[in-house]
Amino acid sequence: MRRSCKLLVLLVLGGLSIAAASPQDDLIAKLTSSEIERGRQMFVAHCAVCHGIEGTGERGPSLSHPSLRRVTDDKALFNLIQNGVEGSEMPGAWQLSEREVWQVAGYVRSLGRTTPVKLPGDAANGKRLYESNGCAACHIVSGSGGVLGPELTDIGARRSPGYLHAAVVDPASSAPEGYLVVRVTTRESKKIWGVRVNEDSFTIQLRDSGGRFHSFRKTDITQLKKDFKAELMPSYRDAFNRSEMDDLVAYLAGLRGEQ
Amino acid sequence: MKLVRVLTVAGCLLTAGIASAQVPYKRIVGASSEPGSWLTYSGNYQAHRFSSLNQITPANASQLKLAWVYQINGRGRFETSPLVVDGVMYVTEPPTKVTALDVRTGRPLWSWQRPLPLLIKTIGFGPTNRGVAILDDTVYVGTLDAHLIALDSKSGAVRWDTPVADNNTGHAITAAPLAIDGKIIVGISGGEAGIRGFLDAYDAKTGKLAWRLWTVPGPGEPGHETWSGDAWKTGGAPTWVTGSYDPDLNLIYWGTGNPGPDWNGDVRPGDNLYSCSLLAIDASSGKLKWHFQFTPHDVHDWDATEIPVLLDANVGGRTRKLVAMANRNAFFYLLDRQTGEFLQGTTYAKQTWASGLDAKGRPIVLPNTEPTVEGNLVYPSLQGATNWFSPSYNPRTKLFYVAVREMGAYYYKGEAEYKPGTFFAGGGERALAGDKAWGAIRALEVETGKMKWEFRLQSPPWSGVLATAGGVVFGGSDEGNFYALDAANGKPLWEFQTGGPMASNPVSFLIDGKQHVAMASGHALFVFGLPKAPAPSKGRVR
Repeated sequence: MRRSCKLLVLLVLGGLSIAAASPQDDLIAKLTSSEIERGRQMFVAHCAVCHGIEGTGERGPSLSHPSLRRVTDDKALFNLIQNGVEGSEMPGAWQLSEREVWQVAGYVRSLGRTTPVKLPGDAANGKRLYESNGCAACHIVSGSGGVLGPELTDIGARRSPGYLHAAVVDPASSAPEGYLVVRVTTRESKKIWGVRVNEDSFTIQLRDSGGRFHSFRKTDITQLKKDFKAELMPSYRDAFNRSEMDDLVAYLAGLRGEQ
Repeated sequence: MKLVRVLTVAGCLLTAGIASAQVPYKRIVGASSEPGSWLTYSGNYQAHRFSSLNQITPANASQLKLAWVYQINGRGRFETSPLVVDGVMYVTEPPTKVTALDVRTGRPLWSWQRPLPLLIKTIGFGPTNRGVAILDDTVYVGTLDAHLIALDSKSGAVRWDTPVADNNTGHAITAAPLAIDGKIIVGISGGEAGIRGFLDAYDAKTGKLAWRLWTVPGPGEPGHETWSGDAWKTGGAPTWVTGSYDPDLNLIYWGTGNPGPDWNGDVRPGDNLYSCSLLAIDASSGKLKWHFQFTPHDVHDWDATEIPVLLDANVGGRTRKLVAMANRNAFFYLLDRQTGEFLQGTTYAKQTWASGLDAKGRPIVLPNTEPTVEGNLVYPSLQGATNWFSPSYNPRTKLFYVAVREMGAYYYKGEAEYKPGTFFAGGGERALAGDKAWGAIRALEVETGKMKWEFRLQSPPWSGVLATAGGVVFGGSDEGNFYALDAANGKPLWEFQTGGPMASNPVSFLIDGKQHVAMASGHALFVFGLPKAPAPSKGRVR
């Protein structure tokens, strides 16, 4: 979210804005195959970084569904692509013309013309595994849990099952943004580590493993180490067998924010 | 009886330090010798954004305290650079409002606001305004719907209202006008809307157009051969940041923005004059004296609208009249401001698009640095190594201070079909963000371009800098830090968290004989000064 906010700020300040274009007509049905192909090329360039090359989802949700969250019709899809989703990681495609947005929308629609693959695994058992393996010590689901890691209440709506699987077996491959591990040494030789929650040119704020906030002026720090490769979450590769892993992923994929 | 009352009111105003603003042209010419005021956008015609006030020093800057805050409630970024004249501060507020403030207290004296059309077009930028100009007893402001307005400096009453261009085609004004002898110079925005750029001069008294210089030459004009077909009609080259002026040479120096469309150069083969250029313009006639194009056939949106700073320095063994620009394309240029001759160009930020500049200053462009459908990583990002926010120049130490953005971007090429009043860009970028991008304040030795020091910033800034004779450099960060650095070595002296992102330029002036600094941040203007009984200064005075 921090990243997408910055992106929007950059657009507004840096001499760019989202032109107030509105979809004149629903053009998806009129798109030719070459226009859909052009949409695919733009999808690969602009969207695949989050949604995957085939739209099967990565950091962003899978788009291989006949119906998409937040999308009621083709015009809503157009608006979502053009303007992004406020408060989410999805930026608006300000760099695309109106026709190009339609072409991308057409390609996204083509991704949904597949038979959804039902996930293997028992979500109910996955929930039990989640609760019995200490996941809640670091993650909040529906208001309960720890704060060291990101909240998972709607993680299934934001991340693909494949991404969630990778995050469990190899957390370093998908380190969440905004959870940078920092190690601070103060002038008094006190050493504190935690997750960076904010930083400016003169100060830094972090949260330690106990959830306590610490604030430092950089002039009071003798060493500030940002561990871009560190990952707080251990790998659960060996904690679950294949069936249990499917169960856990099924549970996480089912967390879609509904109360 | 009535006369007595008027005299009494006038007497009270004078007692309180507020006098009606009378700013003849000669007073602006001498702005550098009147540091208690801030009479024009960049502080003086030479665009130094330097204050010769020396009360705030490296020794006492840590004692700076908040004097007052003025809050706004308009939609858009608060990017104003205030003017301060005879006890009154003039600020612009987004989207298009002018307010006069009592400089001692921050209390409003008057406000003027233009009702804007519901569907105002700000294509390529946010709804903002960067400041006013003042001449005699009139305040001048450009509006988002592309009008130039003259306001009575004592009341805010409209003296005249001149339409500059049509907002329906994406024309708008965000820059502070430049007031010179009898004329108001105003630039235009719209580089992402396919406008044909221009620079206008209006009669200060009547609002009548004195001259217009098209920044994209039409058929039969020199430079038109750098376009093909009808591409010139949507060629861009907007003039959206305030330029500088040499009263002795009677030349205006004004930068131009990108050619249109921004990232798809296929539809406009050629150098695309006078986009991404510095223009030297005869102030009386509006005729082009010379031009220098920094980025021929730009495809990265590297506008050359950065502030052109006029200075005299020794280059090649003799003192010359120069113009310096830290360009968005990451090169720092020195040109002869009488002739436009290229003298020197050095990189001041990371760039991956050119192997250098040739003897005439033309970039030697590296292959495979153009935008592509798939995206192509190039430094700097389209926001540039710096942008509209101001640099500062200390003529005593010959140090040039610039706020730098260290950020790359994947550049994309897209289709470019012109429809009036819509986004006409032909692509875009995905900038590197988070910890992959950062910022800095850098001090450059102007005669060599060498970096003397750097102060690192957490993220690429959107704020300019102000150097002072007291030896302090003020600036703002994207995270809301208003800060003071030691001008000699870049070490931080003081910092205040304003609570909002900063995208503006600092100014300095006197309140009751005491030096203050002001800067907009978030949706408020902050003014700082030393405590009433400051400790005796032991600081260096430069």
